[in-house]
Amino acid sequence: MIPNILSILTFLPLIGMVLVLLTPERSKNTIRWGSVLFSLLPLALSIIAWASYDMKQSGFQFVEKAVWFPQINSVYQVGVDGISLPLVALTCFLTPLAMLMSFTVDKSVRAFFALFFLLETATLGVFVSLDLIVFFMFYELSLVPMYFLISVWGGANRKYASFKFMLYTIAASLGMLLAIQVLGLASKSFDLTYLLSAAGRPFTGNNQVNILFADPSVWKGIAFWTFTLAFALKVPVWPLHTWLPDAHTEAPTGGSMMLAGILLKLGGYGFLRLVIPLFPETAGQYSSILAILAMLSIVLGAFAAWGQNDFKKLVAYSSVNHMGWVALGIAVTASAFATAVDPHATSKLHDIAVFAGADPHAVKDTLTPVLGASGAMFQMITHGLSSAAMFAMVGIVYERAHTRDLTKLGGLWNIMPRYGAVLIFCAMGSLGLPGLAGFVSEFLLIRSGWAAFTGLTALSLIGLLVTGIYILKALQKVLHGPLGHEWAHHPLSDMNWTEVIAVAPLMLAMLILGIAPALVMNLINLGVSKLFG
Amino acid sequence: MSKEFLLTLTWLAPFPPIIAFMLIALFTNKRRSLTTMIAVGGMLLTTIFSFIVFFNVAGDHKLGEAPLRSQFAWLPTGDTTFNVGVAVDPLSALFLFMVPLAATLIFIYSTSYMGNDPRYTRFMAYLSLFAGSMMGLVVSDNLLSLFIFWELMGFCSYSLIGFFYFKPSAYKAAVKAFMTTRVGDMLLIMGMVYLYSQTGTLNFYDTMRNEEVLHHLAATPAIIPGMTAAALIGLFIFGGTVGKSAQFPLHVWLPDAMEGPTPVSAMIHAATMVSAGIFMALRFFPLYESAAHVGDTTAFTIIGWIGAITALLGALIAVGQYDIKRVLAYSTISQLGFMVAAIGIGGYVAAAFHLLTHAFFKALLFLGSGSVIHGVEHGHHHLHAHGHDDHASSHDSHDAGHGHDDHAADNHGKAEFDPQDMRNMGGLWSRMPITFITFTIGGLALMGAPFITAGFWSKDEILGHAYHGMTHGSPLSTVVFWTLCVAAVLTAFYTARQIFMTFAGEPRSEAAAHATENPAAMTFPLIVLAFFALTVGYMNIPKDFEFAYIKFGAIASGFGIDHWLGHFVGGMLPVAEATLPFNSVPVVFSVCIFLLGGLLGLWFYGLKPLKAGETDPVENLGAIFTALNNRLYFDELYRKLIINRLQRFADHYSNNVDKGFIDVFLHAAYAILSDIAEVFRWFDKNIVTGISNLVGNVFRRVGQEGRELQTGQVQNYLLSALIAAVVMMVFFLVFQ
Repeated sequence: MIPNILSILTFLPLIGMVLVLLTPERSKNTIRWGSVLFSLLPLALSIIAWASYDMKQSGFQFVEKAVWFPQINSVYQVGVDGISLPLVALTCFLTPLAMLMSFTVDKSVRAFFALFFLLETATLGVFVSLDLIVFFMFYELSLVPMYFLISVWGGANRKYASFKFMLYTIAASLGMLLAIQVLGLASKSFDLTYLLSAAGRPFTGNNQVNILFADPSVWKGIAFWTFTLAFALKVPVWPLHTWLPDAHTEAPTGGSMMLAGILLKLGGYGFLRLVIPLFPETAGQYSSILAILAMLSIVLGAFAAWGQNDFKKLVAYSSVNHMGWVALGIAVTASAFATAVDPHATSKLHDIAVFAGADPHAVKDTLTPVLGASGAMFQMITHGLSSAAMFAMVGIVYERAHTRDLTKLGGLWNIMPRYGAVLIFCAMGSLGLPGLAGFVSEFLLIRSGWAAFTGLTALSLIGLLVTGIYILKALQKVLHGPLGHEWAHHPLSDMNWTEVIAVAPLMLAMLILGIAPALVMNLINLGVSKLFG
Repeated sequence: MSKEFLLTLTWLAPFPPIIAFMLIALFTNKRRSLTTMIAVGGMLLTTIFSFIVFFNVAGDHKLGEAPLRSQFAWLPTGDTTFNVGVAVDPLSALFLFMVPLAATLIFIYSTSYMGNDPRYTRFMAYLSLFAGSMMGLVVSDNLLSLFIFWELMGFCSYSLIGFFYFKPSAYKAAVKAFMTTRVGDMLLIMGMVYLYSQTGTLNFYDTMRNEEVLHHLAATPAIIPGMTAAALIGLFIFGGTVGKSAQFPLHVWLPDAMEGPTPVSAMIHAATMVSAGIFMALRFFPLYESAAHVGDTTAFTIIGWIGAITALLGALIAVGQYDIKRVLAYSTISQLGFMVAAIGIGGYVAAAFHLLTHAFFKALLFLGSGSVIHGVEHGHHHLHAHGHDDHASSHDSHDAGHGHDDHAADNHGKAEFDPQDMRNMGGLWSRMPITFITFTIGGLALMGAPFITAGFWSKDEILGHAYHGMTHGSPLSTVVFWTLCVAAVLTAFYTARQIFMTFAGEPRSEAAAHATENPAAMTFPLIVLAFFALTVGYMNIPKDFEFAYIKFGAIASGFGIDHWLGHFVGGMLPVAEATLPFNSVPVVFSVCIFLLGGLLGLWFYGLKPLKAGETDPVENLGAIFTALNNRLYFDELYRKLIINRLQRFADHYSNNVDKGFIDVFLHAAYAILSDIAEVFRWFDKNIVTGISNLVGNVFRRVGQEGRELQTGQVQNYLLSALIAAVVMMVFFLVFQ
């Protein structure tokens, strides 16, 4: 057991950053391999943390507390439970792989890898922090490296994409800052463990806000909605998703992997960590709206992906589709958890609930919120794996063909057999083929969705159907058919070993978690049951 | 042998082919003979495991009540766990006999048929995964793991149908197969989660053998008013069968699936895919029954109608086809319709029986047609070898239309000759005698040749069941009985047409004239399958058939009892199906059907075999023939009505909505905010700066105090965005 493991884990990448910055720019390969090797250290630490997590007790473990900003009652506090530890591990797992896929970056290599380490620290900080101010700082910090990764190393349209990404996210998180301060005013603390306890829950008992002209329930509504807006934009939920296809498409391969693999999860994590536990009734009351938007994300995201002829944009839209399921799981949890907390809670938006078509005869059990939340959690993990793998595969073909236009590619299986086999595997992982990890989360989400929003879940299955279409379209347009004329005279080399090493762990993880999901689900289930059981 | 030992073997049964898949994919993809050894070896191992299990439980008539079960916790769900495991019950035992046997023979056949293909190892790898998945599906004790293997098979069939991925027709067929079955799978998922949220388990025995659960489901109203949950769940699950077993209206994928190499067709049509659909419907039979018990016959009615329509539709279209494999494909659709119709009228054992016999004779027919195609191809190449010396590469591939790597050459010269077109055949009986005899046996079984073939017994059982229902006043049974009779006559007719067109008379092409019989690796599986196509029906002969029973009594009594299958598989049902009293009327019907259809075929095609250049007599049907030949325009209809519209929506969605609407909104908001910011900037620059120059530090201090709630510098327009958002939010909350 290592003392202060979470702090070490979180700030270790910063040391990596300093080391990278101290290396001369011309030793590019030293920077590249050095970064990859260094990023294995946080990975090792996260594995140690996971292994030493006490499965007999739920709740936050490895908690560290230190005085930080006493004037505003903010303390530096970190800790992990069953919903943050898997995401911590995912971050540490994806970072070296995304770095490996960034070996082809040749412009300012030093700055590139330094930003990667900064990104890792920022995202890890979000997942481990238990103080809202610290949480917010890390949350905002994660935008900075991503902005530069897109705007400096991105594609042709990178200025627009990075600006849109930055502006959109900052605008939404400003609201979150307000919400955090309202919570702080209400409960006189930013300590999440306190806010989640019976005594500290904001907007209950004495924990009210009486400032300005509005009565407490207005402040509660403001806090809820600003949180929701910030996280919904991050997930992203339709119609707040339009930054995503631009940002993902323009980002460099490694950046897209981190963006899709980790940064989107901040949104889902925010819902599960803050929104539902802090505002169970309000969240339950408006869960139908989120469920409808989630359904639209699933269905429209899938159709949008189908309509793309840019390979990368297709994969980018697939994230809208897949993260829609996470949003659905969150809506289910919110709805079912509110019912579980207060059996008499009736939705104000009853007519919408009827439209959503909840089955009145479904077994009203305590299992549904747990399954919804664990499904959303597991979907975030599996989407992290599959989307990172798919972006890597896009990067590999783009690197060689210098085009991502699906109408120009085609027949590449003839000359890139290894690439073909790996792409099929990753695409099937993204499609949610049973036997691979994506299916398990889909099953849990559909099952819990069926109990809470039967009609919407049935509609969402249209999206699942179309998922098959766009995945097969991508496979067909890239691999199948006769070899494009252009490639016959411009032979493309098969995947090289660096690329295989970068993608193989993702494939292995998808396979193992598909066959033995309990490896991760035991931990997730523990955390989720504690929160929503 | 001990239960534990048998269960261990059951656990192990699916693994050898799956491990073979991994070994081939990762290590031996360059070595052909090693691949052959691993693939066939893996399949043989599975066969041994399965047969040991089957022959040990075959005599156990209590197996249905007390199946062998073993499970472990797979997924934590709150305080409970989701368990998965294996089980041996009569239904799975039967499949443990049929699947590995058919699959092994297909494997052996493939080693010769695909032996010269440049992607042989990839083919054997997929085939192994396919077989392994089917084995996993068979031994699964719950719907979730069944579904996992079900989808894996979907993936394998996608890969194998599109095996010649460079051919547009092949990958299109592959996508079509995957997507069409996926439509059914969506329904199946709905059924699965519906069942799970109602009962909290997906285990077959905790649901389908549990009176209490069945009763609860039958008593619960469904989300669709007027139906019981049992019926609706059953119908959702049956949706999966409609997709996988190619029932109307999702039957369109199966005929195109023959784009894959012929052994794949045998695999899909017999041992795996389509059988899996019926297998699952049989698993959930108690659900339909329990709904019917409380008077909700929706499920049975819909299933019966779909089966009857499919049986007739498939048989009709098969009459109008020239492609030897396409005829068989539609015949599969039709025969699956027979089984589904049987389920619809409550004929559990009859459906299982026909599924079993059909698997053998359809595998035989497909492998036989592959042999014919191979032979004709061979003749074709032999012919061309005189001109230019491409004989060495002549076996490379068949179905691919000569799928060498230089496929571009395919479009020149060779493509005109279609080795699968029955009009190019004829007279093959003397050139390919083993193929001829075995194919004819398979054809006779399909036609239902009385008493000597397996197909007769099982088809008769279905008709007998329908007849019994009809005479007892069930309108559905009446519909099913007469539809199936017509379909059966058509079946006998198109099968006779196929046999005569292929084998009788004189060769109608040079290629057919030079066709030769295939090597033993291909003919041996045909002979074995022909044996089973004849004999497997004796598993279930009622002892009232004095003639057959006495003659083949030894076989029947080998299992210790007459009507063995009925007693064995019938034990699956919570309420045992009553053995129907013997009735000679349906038997007479069966015999007459065979004679009528067969004689029609003989009249038109047998007595005066088609000569080269002659028109096929069915073309005299004119417009009807054209419609049948064009498969009743289902594909065109779907494309026009559904697929094209969805595609248009997909193509335009992101430009019209995301870019054309949402982003326009965003850009406008951004423009407004920057204008406001511009005003602030002007104000700041010209007025604030001026005043602050006068007032000095005082103002700044006031400003800093007023900013307690903000941290750090924020750009002006973002601040105004925040204010705007807050104002809107307050308005919304206060005045709603």
